[in-house]
Amino acid sequence: MAEFQSYTLNFGPQHPAAHGVLRLVLEMEGETVRKADPHIGLLHRATEKLAEAKPYNQSIGYMDRLDYVSMMCNEHGYVRAIEKLLGIEPPLRAQYIRTMMDEVTRILNHLMWVGTHGLDVGAMTAFLYTFREREDLMDVYEAVSGARMHATYYRPGGVHRDLPDRMPKYEPSPYRSERELKEMNRAREGSVLDFLEDFCERFPGCVDEYETLLTDNRIWKQRLVDICPVGPERALELGFTGPMLRGSGVEWDLRKKQPYAVYDRLDFDIPVGTNGDCYDRYLVRVAEMRESARIIKQCIDWLRANPGPVSVDDPKVVPPSREAMKDDMESLIHHFKLFTEGYCTPPGEVYAAVEAPKGEFATYIVSDGANKPYRLKVRPPCYYHLAAMDEMIRGHMLADVVTLIGSIDVVFGEVDR
Amino acid sequence: MADPESLLEQLRGHFGSRLIEAHLAYGEVTIELAPGDLVPAMTELRDLDAFRFEQLLDVAGVDYAAYGSDEWITEQATGSGFSRGVTEPGFGRLGLTGIYGVQGVAESTGRRFAGVYHLLSLAHNHRLRVRCYAEDDDLPVLPTLTGVWPSANWPEREAFDLYGLIFEGHPDLRRILTDYGFVGHPFRKDFPLIGNVEPRYDPEKGRVVYGPVEIEPRVLVPRVIRDDNRYRGRPQSASTEDQADG
Repeated sequence: MAEFQSYTLNFGPQHPAAHGVLRLVLEMEGETVRKADPHIGLLHRATEKLAEAKPYNQSIGYMDRLDYVSMMCNEHGYVRAIEKLLGIEPPLRAQYIRTMMDEVTRILNHLMWVGTHGLDVGAMTAFLYTFREREDLMDVYEAVSGARMHATYYRPGGVHRDLPDRMPKYEPSPYRSERELKEMNRAREGSVLDFLEDFCERFPGCVDEYETLLTDNRIWKQRLVDICPVGPERALELGFTGPMLRGSGVEWDLRKKQPYAVYDRLDFDIPVGTNGDCYDRYLVRVAEMRESARIIKQCIDWLRANPGPVSVDDPKVVPPSREAMKDDMESLIHHFKLFTEGYCTPPGEVYAAVEAPKGEFATYIVSDGANKPYRLKVRPPCYYHLAAMDEMIRGHMLADVVTLIGSIDVVFGEVDR
Repeated sequence: MADPESLLEQLRGHFGSRLIEAHLAYGEVTIELAPGDLVPAMTELRDLDAFRFEQLLDVAGVDYAAYGSDEWITEQATGSGFSRGVTEPGFGRLGLTGIYGVQGVAESTGRRFAGVYHLLSLAHNHRLRVRCYAEDDDLPVLPTLTGVWPSANWPEREAFDLYGLIFEGHPDLRRILTDYGFVGHPFRKDFPLIGNVEPRYDPEKGRVVYGPVEIEPRVLVPRVIRDDNRYRGRPQSASTEDQADG
């Protein structure tokens, strides 16, 4: 019988299961991984350096492109840091809109994750189901901000504009009948809030569908249960946050422990796992989707009842309205200064974190009093999860590498920045 | 969240003269430690019941070489207008040194490169920022924290890659984000935004070669620092004021 020697296997950077451009150099012994060396940086765009050369507001769009499946949460982390520096507090309505959109983003992210994770592990069907719901939320993004993905919707001091009164509808086409069209536009007759409410009504049923496909699926469990478990102490030492930490049984969620926006006014639960394996992380994320739908519903109720401004009344930070700009000299000057120079922040340094779908997303800004950040450091949650990959994967099989990458929920936009 | 003021008091009480600086600004506690004290102090921060910082969340390299410099005088009126900030050589456009460099970095101050560590305590629900300046600007060396928190591994590699900070004792100090064979440390303030070299295909050699960058560096919005009366009297970081003076 031939003796297997250890050998080195190159995985990626162009591999469908690598979720982007991950290159893994695996030291194998037969089919068992002895050591994994992730090579990252193939998507490095020096976002932080670019931000040093731009006024604060011009970098908001770059934040979307970090973790490009949880766009608005990244913006939130960045915008909160600027607000902390400037000492401004957005109006309550803006806070509710942000909270609602953060949760929409969380569902978007987790839907993407369930779909592709299933795809990696061999469950094609879940992908088709999750992308159906994702499309609806993308439409919400588009209705609210004008862009399906890279929204640039949050601004220091609030959000760019109030929620629109109507939801875009499908148009008549020779390829669909009147009846089909009516059915497609059923939830789109009212405002964005009506559409979202309808979504939240049916979404728990959709999650049930995904769970029917996966949760008790024998193959799914064989591929996920007891794969790459991490204990709670170790998870903390490795810098885990978000579902990776909660999957290991540590009840830690910034939305509860260090509430920002209006999370302290809302009623929701934090799902926690026990074993810290890939299956528990799956369960945590699925439960989080249900909680997010609950949060969105509460935000909708509040937003319906409380109209009001959506950004602070501070012309030094927020540009004046178009009418005021044409009418009023002061506003014209503010407008001109804001768009040619931006605003200067007081000197100092701040660190602002939000509970992004993947974990603690934070920005650390060093300011020397200029209109551009002196140093911007982004803390991407996946970076730390991926760093622990070597330790988690040792002794597992090659096929488990794919499971683990899926379970980390890695997105290279933010790992490489 | 726990009260940051009491945390600051506890830190002052425990570390005493080992704290080069400690202050509270924007509701965040920042302390500064000497490189020699870093590892033992961090171990205490992790283990002592009063602190219990279980997590090292982030390590950020910072290059303070250009701190407080701007590209446009805002104190008095100028006759040359907007283009002054845009066309004349400023570090934002060209970097401090390098092939387009406009000026050299001043002699070693020992306050140029810093590692900034963000800690989180789940037990007490508080955060802490620790800053540690590397003593030598030409060869910035800091002790590694991989022995205290394993999560320091990759961010320290990143600070090495982008800022050239050397973490003594790090088990695997390789470049992480930049390309294989990259030269220089791109996030340093003397590294131009457009880079130094760019790859292109050489039809004669039949392969990709590196040559000097051909794109023009430009600034759309000059960097300005305005003295704003509204921010007077705000709690500011003392160390940043030192930097502004120097």
